[in-house]
Amino acid sequence: MSQLTDLTIAAARDGLAQGEFSARDLTESHLAAMEAARSLNAFVTETPERALEMAQASDARRTKGEARPLDGIPLAIKDLYCTEGVLTTAGSHILEGFRPPYESTVTSQLWRDGAVMLGKTNMDEFAMGSANVTSHFGPVESPWRRKGDNRTLVPGGSSGGSAAAVAARIALGATGTDTGGSIRQPASFTGIVGLKPTYGRCSRWGIVAFASSLDQAGPMTRTVRDSALMLCSMAGHDPKDSTSVDRPVPDYEAALTGDIRGLRIGIPAEYRMDGMPEEIEALWRQGEEWLTAAGAECVPISLAHTKYALAAYYIVAPAEASSNLARYDGVRYGLRLPGDSIDAMYEATRGEGFGAEVRRRVMIGTYVLSAGYYDAYYLKAQKVRSLILRDFTDAFEDVDVILAPTAPSAAFAIGEKEDDPIAMYLNDVFTVPASMAGLPGISVPAGLSGEGLPLGLQLVGRPFDEETVLRAAGVLEEAAGFDARPPALPGA
Amino acid sequence: MSMIQGATGAWEMVIGLEVHAQITSVSKLFSGASTEFGAEPNSQVSLVDAAMPGMLPVINEVCVYQAVRTGLGIKAEINLVSVFDRKNYFYPDLPAGYQISQFTRPIVGKGELEIDLADGSSRMIGITRLHLEQDAGKSLHDQDPKRSFIDLNRSGVALMEIVSEPDMRTSEEAAAYMRKLRAILRYLGTCDGNMDEGSMRCDANVSMRKPGEPMGTRCEIKNLNSLRFLQQAIEYEARRQVAILEDGGTIDQETRLFDSRKGETRTMRSKEEAHDYRYFPDPDLLPLELDPDWVAALKADLPELPDEKKARFVSEFGITVYDAGILVAEQDRADYFEAVAAGRDAKLAANWVISELFGRLNKAGLDIGDSPVSASALGELVDLIADNTISGRIAKEVFDEMVETGKGAAAIVEAKGLTQITDTGALEAVVDEIIAANPEQAEQFREGKQTVVGWFVGQAMKATQGKANPKAVNEILRKKLG
Repeated sequence: MSQLTDLTIAAARDGLAQGEFSARDLTESHLAAMEAARSLNAFVTETPERALEMAQASDARRTKGEARPLDGIPLAIKDLYCTEGVLTTAGSHILEGFRPPYESTVTSQLWRDGAVMLGKTNMDEFAMGSANVTSHFGPVESPWRRKGDNRTLVPGGSSGGSAAAVAARIALGATGTDTGGSIRQPASFTGIVGLKPTYGRCSRWGIVAFASSLDQAGPMTRTVRDSALMLCSMAGHDPKDSTSVDRPVPDYEAALTGDIRGLRIGIPAEYRMDGMPEEIEALWRQGEEWLTAAGAECVPISLAHTKYALAAYYIVAPAEASSNLARYDGVRYGLRLPGDSIDAMYEATRGEGFGAEVRRRVMIGTYVLSAGYYDAYYLKAQKVRSLILRDFTDAFEDVDVILAPTAPSAAFAIGEKEDDPIAMYLNDVFTVPASMAGLPGISVPAGLSGEGLPLGLQLVGRPFDEETVLRAAGVLEEAAGFDARPPALPGA
Repeated sequence: MSMIQGATGAWEMVIGLEVHAQITSVSKLFSGASTEFGAEPNSQVSLVDAAMPGMLPVINEVCVYQAVRTGLGIKAEINLVSVFDRKNYFYPDLPAGYQISQFTRPIVGKGELEIDLADGSSRMIGITRLHLEQDAGKSLHDQDPKRSFIDLNRSGVALMEIVSEPDMRTSEEAAAYMRKLRAILRYLGTCDGNMDEGSMRCDANVSMRKPGEPMGTRCEIKNLNSLRFLQQAIEYEARRQVAILEDGGTIDQETRLFDSRKGETRTMRSKEEAHDYRYFPDPDLLPLELDPDWVAALKADLPELPDEKKARFVSEFGITVYDAGILVAEQDRADYFEAVAAGRDAKLAANWVISELFGRLNKAGLDIGDSPVSASALGELVDLIADNTISGRIAKEVFDEMVETGKGAAAIVEAKGLTQITDTGALEAVVDEIIAANPEQAEQFREGKQTVVGWFVGQAMKATQGKANPKAVNEILRKKLG
């Protein structure tokens, strides 16, 4: 039944509706794919029994004529989302054995709408990473390979397990979270669509926090339409999250009109960076041409403070993380290592429980918030953040959407860049500015590198204007006609 | 005594207080868990209070309402925009590893409070700010020889931290400040002021200086939970600092604890050991914005507060400032007095409420709510005095019986035949008898020795078992002997 795993969510929805197959059929074929693809290490926890129960319940609803928007659609859930009774690790040793007695708002909305949970996907520890190599549960492998090179590649990060699962046809879609690019960059690396909604569009309640002012849930799918479908269920106001915004959730699928005539597309000059591979720049120009051909108008814009975004991000995000991760102290849940005093217990637990990258960011964050350094680092970074937002606000006076590359390179091999945190951080250079401004951004697979690896283009829109972003993304997707499949697809 | 006399002269205390007042609300500052006192450990803990992964705080509007009303009650500026910050430190009873507080932008700014001193004078004490913050849980170190236990029932309970200016100069003033603040909070119903249960406690900042000189280095004494301990701790600390200063030493800025058993303060942590709290705005919470119309409505809706009530009692009832101060210290006492005084001689009412009723309640350790004599019952007694049915002396007897038996004043007077003898004929006979039996004293009276009047009245009272109307006896005496 391998063709069932090749469906889009939209096609599976239609097939289920027309009775071509059952939710159970669909789930079973994905469970088989999950088992066949274990070598990718895309999942921390597989939940086949729960998946089958949910599929059966879905079929029962459909029989009664009570099918819901995502009924029977098998999804993978990033292990940052708390799932009731199911191990939730955030990719960290410190949450060893943690089974939350509660369900995150976003996942509970997906289940409310009938979706089926296949399992929890591997990720960079506490979503800190751009290659999915910092997970306590080992790196995730991308199903992609360079032409003529069998070295294992990273799927990007931090939502690397979700990206690999969707690209490898293990799940029809997956949830990710994006703090500085953790949905968009892995989507770009694995040739799928990744949407980071506007900050406040989806509830953060029940999602393990990394950097609270940046974290945002979003869908990872193989098509723009599928992202629109998932977002309809994931978005919405949640009184339990004070930063979620109370405004109606539009029908995002209806926004995909395919018509972008007259749309103004901004091309930010500052994203043309030194040392950017020529093929990335060429793809960007190609994107411009596709959109222009579809009737949009591409205009140069300036986002003057772009070059400070990454530096400011690596102050703000670690600062918030250092505080958010203080609760993992061995006192109430997760890992606890004994010590002769409370401080010794803390040190042993946190030293053992957190990996090197998490420890690095906790230390950076602690440092930048310290007395005497706060003004020079944290406060200044917040000012830069305001300037970045102003750049975007000014630009959106003139344009409707901004087009840029998603990442400065294609996927790299596991092991590459690992000894150089700065090189790793540079992966986020094109995604971080929209994160800092809280704007919606989407990565659409647009072509292949010379080595045969997927490359994504990114569209960024006005706050809460996911509809325009999706509409333009749909056109871009159509024009690019990306149909390459990962060569290392297990069982293929 | 406002100064401490040292070998080198007089020293002046400079005292500022940080009061932590638990907000009266059903649920916590950022969660729906109950705040009720005395529940089983860890039975009132929400997922937010336990800082479970992915949990987020949501502001409890009741707590905001109470903080704003408190700010208005201390005549303070209300900040229409305030910000919640995280105060970061590790401790097992602080589950998130940070306390949500307000650092740079508190909800309430500068205000003031008038304190009443024993000599009848009053002083204005500045208030720097009031901010909202979460309480921590409780560490229990005495349950097991090797382990500590944590009770998170208090974790997340809403506190108002009310910070004074360093305006107090004696421990008595500090206690008076606490008393007045407590009264205002209780009038407003924003804090029950119950120091025994920890719903009101304070930290005292104490430094010493020679009068007129700049302020010295201060020490902060943490967690004082009674007025007695507050005064003892300040007195001890002031003398400790003077001793060091007069020895030529310097005061180390530090945090100290008061040992109530030994009556002394000792070092908790030095400045070097002070935490770096790494305050920063809590990204889980938006800035708190208040609608000015809402604030104005709360202001218009404030109850009459102790100072205003005191002024009204003085002007409306003609009682002394001192008596008024005693009556308004607790709202239910003031209400009781007003009920007794309504339509009656207010001074007489005040006297009976303060001297007789409060005296007996204090002795029995009762609150006014538990008074065995209701306001209307006491009013009935006051009426009997006012219309000369009974004398003040008899009234005390009657009151004792009212307290004991709960019977009404009139019923007691009736049953015991205590009605005052005002009948002139009957009293004249009694007086004649006394004059006849005591010619010597009668002669002294005629010679103008006024003090024997009292002796004669006393004899008349004795002869009538206290039922004679002293005023009538007086008049008859003067007529007969004058």
